[in-house]
Amino acid sequence: MRPSHLAALAVLPFLVPAMLSAQSGGLDAQPKRLDDPWRPPVNFVDQNPAPPIPADVTDDRRVARNYPEQPPVIPHNVRDYQITLNNNQCLTCHSRRFTEASQAPMISITHYVDREGQTLGGVAPRRYFCMQCHVPQTVAQPIVPNGFKDIDALLSRPSDGGDRR
Amino acid sequence: MMDRRDFIKAQAVAAAAAAGGIGLPAMAQTSMVAGEDSSLKWSKAPCRFCGTGCGVMVATKDNRVVATHGDMQAEVNRGLNCVKGYFLSKIMYGQDRLTQPLLRMRDGKYHKEGEFQPVSWDRAFDEMAAQWKRVLKEKGPDAVGMFGSGQWTIWEGYAASKLMRAGFRTNNLDPNARHCMASAAIAFIRTFGMDEPMGCYDDFEQADAFVLWGSNMAEMHPILWTRITDRRLAHKHVKVAVLSTFEHRSFELADIPMIFQPGTDLAILNYIANHIIQTNRVNRDFIDRHCNFRLGQKDIGYGLRPENVLEVRAANAKDPTDSKPIDFDAFARFVSTYTLDYTAELTKVPKERLLALAELYADPKTKVMSLWTMGFNQHVRGVWVNHMVYNIHLLTGKISEPGNSPFSLTGQPSACGTAREVGTFSHRLPADMQVANPTHRAHTETAWKLPKDLLPAKVGYHAVQQDRMLKDGKLNAYWVMVNNNLQAAPNSGNETYPGYRNPENFIVVSDAYPTVTASAADLILPAAMWVEKEGAYGNAERRTHFWHQLVTAPGEARSDLWQLMEFSKRFTTDEVWPKETLDANPDYRGKTLFDVLFRNGQVDRFPLSEMDPEYDNAESKAFGFYVQKGLFEEYAGFGRGHGHDLAPFDTYHQVRGLRWPVVDGKETRWRYREGLDPFVKPGEGVKFYGNPDGKANLFAFPYEPPAEEPDREFDLWLVTGRVLEHWHSGSMTMRVPELYRAMPMAMVFMHPDDARERGLRRGSEVTVMSRRGEMRTRVETRGRNKPPRGVVFVPWFDSARLINKCTLDATDPISKQSDFKKCAVKVVAV
Repeated sequence: MRPSHLAALAVLPFLVPAMLSAQSGGLDAQPKRLDDPWRPPVNFVDQNPAPPIPADVTDDRRVARNYPEQPPVIPHNVRDYQITLNNNQCLTCHSRRFTEASQAPMISITHYVDREGQTLGGVAPRRYFCMQCHVPQTVAQPIVPNGFKDIDALLSRPSDGGDRR
Repeated sequence: MMDRRDFIKAQAVAAAAAAGGIGLPAMAQTSMVAGEDSSLKWSKAPCRFCGTGCGVMVATKDNRVVATHGDMQAEVNRGLNCVKGYFLSKIMYGQDRLTQPLLRMRDGKYHKEGEFQPVSWDRAFDEMAAQWKRVLKEKGPDAVGMFGSGQWTIWEGYAASKLMRAGFRTNNLDPNARHCMASAAIAFIRTFGMDEPMGCYDDFEQADAFVLWGSNMAEMHPILWTRITDRRLAHKHVKVAVLSTFEHRSFELADIPMIFQPGTDLAILNYIANHIIQTNRVNRDFIDRHCNFRLGQKDIGYGLRPENVLEVRAANAKDPTDSKPIDFDAFARFVSTYTLDYTAELTKVPKERLLALAELYADPKTKVMSLWTMGFNQHVRGVWVNHMVYNIHLLTGKISEPGNSPFSLTGQPSACGTAREVGTFSHRLPADMQVANPTHRAHTETAWKLPKDLLPAKVGYHAVQQDRMLKDGKLNAYWVMVNNNLQAAPNSGNETYPGYRNPENFIVVSDAYPTVTASAADLILPAAMWVEKEGAYGNAERRTHFWHQLVTAPGEARSDLWQLMEFSKRFTTDEVWPKETLDANPDYRGKTLFDVLFRNGQVDRFPLSEMDPEYDNAESKAFGFYVQKGLFEEYAGFGRGHGHDLAPFDTYHQVRGLRWPVVDGKETRWRYREGLDPFVKPGEGVKFYGNPDGKANLFAFPYEPPAEEPDREFDLWLVTGRVLEHWHSGSMTMRVPELYRAMPMAMVFMHPDDARERGLRRGSEVTVMSRRGEMRTRVETRGRNKPPRGVVFVPWFDSARLINKCTLDATDPISKQSDFKKCAVKVVAV
């Protein structure tokens, strides 16, 4: 770390922007102002104004997954969606038989498999509560960037992918 | 001409290329299928988060984690994860990872009011050791302490226990698990003589009814919730009862939903016991053969500072644990006042729902699983309420068999494995032994190859007491590891923060990220986390599971295990042990604590050649022997042969965890019952062998009110808790962009009418204020949590909005666990 940055260490949160400036920044790298109230961490004695409740992301655009097994996030409004013992509003668009009408992505075939590995005729009951894994997103921007790199970013040279042409 | 489909595709490729910083030609060359380059190394590990203990498969490439998913072979979760678990891949890559020690300095020297500056590990430990030695010399071992965690690996907790108790000779060691399940752990010992549940997760597929006592499993134990959901939706006769002080996501599955007045769960449980007795559904044979009845102490105070008026006024604040034997008839008379009418009136729960709930327990044909976490444990009568749920299972004999299961859930990945089994509480030793018991200390001294009478007998400061003693200047050298107590502790502005900044104190915080707690420390030590080290956790169903080091920690970050062991080299026995001990045992003279605690012929007995060559191991390489194996095998010696049996070390690297006791290679799913538990002999049927008489204890306790209730000025109940997307203080999950965006801020959930009455609406900026402190946030009236009139809920994950400035540091007087669920606040517009 450059000596000029040492003074910034006086208050720990300054570490974040200090390190940010040294990073080229990935997808989530969006430098924030030092006084941004979203920024974790903050000092204990700070009394932070609360930013407005951020709007939900409702643009219906699919977001690339970080890896194939990641549950996709929900790109539309789900406020007041009913999921009860008798009704699951998500499945009225995303279950197999409704996708033609809704043009929504069908839930993964893994969701038809029970705990014992048997494929069922419908959605497995253990997959019933969609939002345990799939979460909506707000427009709030993370303060601390995340340096996770997916497998494609790690492959330093183009793979022949087993293609021997 | 380009049609619409081609156009969209070209746009997408360009956008992806720009975002990834990859030129289009290179991208075009990249094959669309996996080649040799993209082969991944998959290894197993437990999830880093809650006490459920899901198995995950972790993919690594070039020394980085690139993917994770639920382990199909893990019994706990069979391929599923919750949203937090699915994003484990990202938790280590927040860009503000701590990578070098930071010391507050002024003019090149340590200064309490100095600015954090990077220093070497040597410089960091020099300062830390000098401070420890100063405090030990000036005030003795009572002024040194450590606050650890249920997130420590088993060997980290074990090493910490050795260093504190045998090295520095103090029991001022407590885990953050004190805030989490001390009430459960203490009630287990008082009821069964042994800690931890008799049943296991297999009960989920066997029970006919599930009762959630204050627990919101849909958000806090999502994978166990999938097992309940599976059972409920696939079997029509199954019933789910959900009890809480506010409506939350678990109510979506509830057949019997119940909102009760805060604290009145005590009355509901006594009513159920009374109902079982009044309707002649007591299992007389079971209680005659397997149970004792006791009358507990009442009016025991609220665990506040002794000068607090509530303590002065309480009749039995000084001896809250007392009890005396009674018989069944006396017990029946005691609970007889808890009638349906009285209980409905007190709790505000409709009578028909109380009755429906009581019938789940009373009906001998219904196998019932009771589940609880913080609602019970963070309760000024947390031990009582744990006892009371055992009462109703014991009265009916619905225990220790598949599907009949009182089940205490845990919140941290190794609350059971490390905090409880290793014994990192201020009163405990390994395998349920107690520091106050001279036989237990002597046994430990022998097992640790230490001089006789070395271990201190005095019970150390528990979590809340540590904060109070830091503030009062009686605890002066303090090490915080794997926890964020300044965000987690109750009444933190008055009782926690002052101790950290007390000029008499030197505070060290080891963490992976710069937390609120770290920002108030004097020295910050950068920690390796999760799969950056070899580890072991123990989950809520007694399952011990291991993982290997899969990637290297960033910069100079080191595991807590390395930190503890390396620090021990800075002390000689002559500096920290009494002269009499060394005079009587001259062989120990002039040795370092590292020598006597870790190079003792036991911990160092496994060579590096026993490590799996497929995996790195930073600590073992640093110390020259297989550290984790040596520590584990020494530790496992405490429990083998008497019901705490752990399998051999190497076994755990092969399997997806095993539930102890592991006897002849077989795990135990249900304890205390013949045929299921190898420690129950043929003909004994049921034996609660933790107690000398083989019987379980039922306790009679009354309903007593909370420490603080809403009044005219502070007119709302404050309940704090967690949310699905963030784990505890959010230091990991708030750094995962998807989780952050899903739940970026801790809001105050309140009833729309309560908001309207105060001139507020959804989105209004407000101050939540108690007699102790305040925080600013926004009002949420339409969220997933729907409090009734008079109650607000605020989660505590948000470091920018510290709700624990408002909470009250009242604790259960028996377990010393704080009540984070009941205090009085007002909500006013900013």
